[in-house]
Amino acid sequence: MAGVLVVLEQRSGTLKSVSHEVLGAARTLADELGVEVHALAIGPAGLKVDGLGEYGADKVLCCRSDELELYQASRYAGLASGLADANGYQIVMLATTALGKDLGPRIAAKLGAPIAGDLTHISGNDGLVVMRPVFAGKATSTLKITSTPCVLSVRPNAFATGCVARDGIVEDVSPGDSGAGAQAVTIAVKEPEKAVLDVAEASIVVSGGRGLKEAEHFQLVEELASALGGAVGASRAVVDAGWRPHSEQVGQTGKTVSPNLYIAIGISGAIQHLAGMRTSKVIVAINRDQDAPIFKVADYGIVGDLFAVVPRLTEEIKKVRGG
Amino acid sequence: MKIAVCVKRVPDTETRIKVGADGRSIDEGGVKFVLNPFDEFAVEEALKLKEQSGEGEVVIISMGGDSGQETIRTALAMGADRGVLLKTDAKPVDPLVTARVLASEVEQGGYDLVLFGKQAVDDESHAVGPMVGELLGLASVSAITRLELAGGKGTAEREVEGATEVVEFSLPAVLTAEKGLNEPRYPALRGIMLAKKKPLEVKDVELDEEGMVVVELALPQSRKEGRIVGEGPDAVPILIDALKNEAKVI
Repeated sequence: MAGVLVVLEQRSGTLKSVSHEVLGAARTLADELGVEVHALAIGPAGLKVDGLGEYGADKVLCCRSDELELYQASRYAGLASGLADANGYQIVMLATTALGKDLGPRIAAKLGAPIAGDLTHISGNDGLVVMRPVFAGKATSTLKITSTPCVLSVRPNAFATGCVARDGIVEDVSPGDSGAGAQAVTIAVKEPEKAVLDVAEASIVVSGGRGLKEAEHFQLVEELASALGGAVGASRAVVDAGWRPHSEQVGQTGKTVSPNLYIAIGISGAIQHLAGMRTSKVIVAINRDQDAPIFKVADYGIVGDLFAVVPRLTEEIKKVRGG
Repeated sequence: MKIAVCVKRVPDTETRIKVGADGRSIDEGGVKFVLNPFDEFAVEEALKLKEQSGEGEVVIISMGGDSGQETIRTALAMGADRGVLLKTDAKPVDPLVTARVLASEVEQGGYDLVLFGKQAVDDESHAVGPMVGELLGLASVSAITRLELAGGKGTAEREVEGATEVVEFSLPAVLTAEKGLNEPRYPALRGIMLAKKKPLEVKDVELDEEGMVVVELALPQSRKEGRIVGEGPDAVPILIDALKNEAKVI
């Protein structure tokens, strides 16, 4: 029985690891429902899809064309919803990434289906019940999905990758029409000159706030992040002040992150900021005000002048990591 | 150029959330409601486009209860021309239900451009904008940080993880705004006075049945109490030891 269709995500012909997490979540759900997991890979002619059986895929539908290397919203949505219609999948799953946030709703609209995004928990044991953070994580909503087909998008870092080996038989799918005359076409992906680790994807995040006093002082944050191999984050206050780009903002009008280690430097801990990082595994706060709200969510805190503490911390981290 | 901006009334981001007596929604007592922050970028972009072209109309559309009129007036005070409240007391959680109501209203309006905030900061669905685009069969680009229009065509940029996508599209189109697109203006006193007299039409709407129901709304578990390891740079070795041997994250 065709049950779950997982839409995979690639960049430059290589599947993203977050897709393995979606397969893991899909495998668990499919086993509860007693159905199969099929994966849909859309990408360039050289797209590699070997070994997906190890992540739980019974079958891999592969749609390869160089015209599909970049994310083309309407064609991707047409392919996924067309297959869901033709094969009768009950559930379409994808990751809550920049691509997933755009593609999921399009597939749902084409299927006339409900969509629940950014899921942190999925259960198929007693109907289909899902959990998702709302109000940027200040609350969690538990929803019962009452209509199929439906579209579920899962939060990165919330589901383990599966290890139950399945067949993962690869079957080619036609890319369909050429997309000529499409109303919207992605013409380029601009990569920054120096590769930037995205704050939402990093396993270590070092964030700075107004306590740094000046934009130039963010160098301290950058150096610590670099020593740790992590990404730089920022509070809303410093983004609004123009010190840092919005892509680095953590919190309710920025990104929600849940890295293994989150270090908050000179961030007092406004409620909208805490909402965006409170699910981090370990939180460290460095702040001169011992009553700052950030210490209420931190596992470890240092009270003191960040201009003295942070350089010392960077130095010690370099020693530990052999740098 | 005729532009629609779809907006939502949401709790201010500084709100501390409390669960209501029904266990499925928030306690609205004492909560300050505002125009969704991402919708402010959409309103600003619409006003800028109208000002640049020197003609046209910016229409604010919102679905919700009577209190939505206040939210629409906020956008009118920024400079939009008129508003439409699609009135319902229901608060759907299924984005498709909302998207269908908005798509139906937008379709009748003959707009060149339909703008949304990329997501509402209450249910965080980031779904209604692209859904309206698909339902109407129009070009759509979500979460844009840059927009240029010329000769019935447009180019938009959207941030993806560690890179930027550049998308070309034809008008009419549906776009959703990400922070960084512009700097929204504050309503001036004169704008607030003028907004009171601007037309605001209220239409009752019927909603489709939803494909999902809220079972429970709960507050997240509070984090395990942490500790201050020390003061000043001398505390750094203690922190390093804890991160290495206790938390095992470095």
